[in-house]
Amino acid sequence: MRERLEQWSADIPFKVKLGMVWGVIALIVVFLFSLADFDVQWMLDHLWFITQGLPWTIIICGLAIILAVTLALFGALGRLSNSAVAQGVTGFYTSFFRGTPLIVQMFLIFLALPQLAPPNLPGLRDSLTLTALQAGVIALGLNYGAYMTEIFRAGIQSVGHGQVEAAEALGMTYRQRMRRIVLPQAIRLIIPPTGNEFIAMLKDSALISLLGSVVAQMEIFRRAQLVGRADFRPLEAFVVAAALYWILTTIFQVFQAKLEQRLSAGYVRTLRVSTQPGVELVESEPA
Amino acid sequence: MTEPVVRVSQLHKSFGDNEVLKGIDLDVTRGEVVVIFGRSGSGKSTLLRCINFLEEPTSGTIEVSGVRLEPGPRTHRQREAIRSVRIKAGMVFQEFNLFPHLTVLENVIEAPVTVKGQDRAHSVAVAEELLAQVGLADKRDEHPIRLSGGQKQRVAIARALAMEPEVMMFDEPTSALDPELISEVLSVMRSLATETQMTMMVVTHEMGFAREVATTMAFFHEGLIVEQGPPGQVIADPQHAQTKRFLEAVL
Repeated sequence: MRERLEQWSADIPFKVKLGMVWGVIALIVVFLFSLADFDVQWMLDHLWFITQGLPWTIIICGLAIILAVTLALFGALGRLSNSAVAQGVTGFYTSFFRGTPLIVQMFLIFLALPQLAPPNLPGLRDSLTLTALQAGVIALGLNYGAYMTEIFRAGIQSVGHGQVEAAEALGMTYRQRMRRIVLPQAIRLIIPPTGNEFIAMLKDSALISLLGSVVAQMEIFRRAQLVGRADFRPLEAFVVAAALYWILTTIFQVFQAKLEQRLSAGYVRTLRVSTQPGVELVESEPA
Repeated sequence: MTEPVVRVSQLHKSFGDNEVLKGIDLDVTRGEVVVIFGRSGSGKSTLLRCINFLEEPTSGTIEVSGVRLEPGPRTHRQREAIRSVRIKAGMVFQEFNLFPHLTVLENVIEAPVTVKGQDRAHSVAVAEELLAQVGLADKRDEHPIRLSGGQKQRVAIARALAMEPEVMMFDEPTSALDPELISEVLSVMRSLATETQMTMMVVTHEMGFAREVATTMAFFHEGLIVEQGPPGQVIADPQHAQTKRFLEAVL
């Protein structure tokens, strides 16, 4: 009996089996939801409302990743510099933003920042008062920038010392050396983990909902919370929100994998794409 | 003619407690080819690396065609002086250190364009000439990873020459090469010395090359130049016991 079962299992391709397992999990989930009075019609009715948060989630993360990359670049250069000021400032920055919860940082920037302005300067106070979206983008950027500083630092350090010396021996200044020699080589190692950070950021952007935001700028999770609570349909609302995040991260993971493939291809020596029709790859040896 | 291209005076260099250079004095005049030899660890490479301040000397002075350098804090003025020495003194490394993200041609024009602000089209023309000179005109659009060691080193020589240096410093240029690739690099260096009268400082164990091309040979022993003279004299009739012993071992 056991023998026959094993034989039967061995005949099914692995991918098919994997698909079957996913299918079974999906069926169990659907079954459990059906027991729990899952209102499909309500979900479909509010799908569009929640999906409208998608562009905001992407805008928030797009702006925050730009901020984070900029901070990480300067953070890494600071950590690697000989200047006490640069090392001190970047050390403080990474220590604080990696050592405190993101949600606390968000509230500090959103609610606590205006309080820093002296009472007799209402103008300053107003300009320190940010919208939830602004505060969220800044907090995400600062927080991820601190983590990515380490990624950038490792990428820059991975460029061999010989490269730095060759550039120095040619008379390059620090700036020329970084821009022309070191960073172009480091970028190949920096991009893949930066993609991972972006995917993580997509999920952490949901925390912005806790700051509350004006209706026009609500991202996915805020919208889900709003309708879910109003109609006492949290299950349906959050399932939609989770699905949207899941789709988003899956899409970026596919992009990410493609990108990594392309980046590594540039450094392969023996295989080279031929320009001749019909010949896809030519093997060539260095003469 | 009287002013040396490179003048090293009382150069000392220590790494921690380890004194690698113990007071080097060396003048290199225009057109001279100085071969520096000696056991590994005797300070030969450190001397070259101190001349362009890749290593900061502990004390002493360096002068490269009129620019004087002394160890000291890296002020703006000091950095600029170091840079101008580096521009005048080209360097070729044992490990080539070509820029892997750039093509051969881009490797050669990078510094003239970025550092000297030279016109790109002009730099390309010069680079093509130099690549032809080192026998690699056909490799201009390849990336370094697709070159052999000997080809890489020849590109590295062209890259240094593109800055039109007053002196070329070679730090064991053939030590990382497979034996059959050594001669192609040496022959480029030979023609550089004989045809263009380039001033050169060469750290090498290639005694055949030294005998043929060197105008002066300097034997390093434990951080000092213990013997110096034309190859006919130093190789044929070494005065110092350590020089004799070393030459017996390598010849």
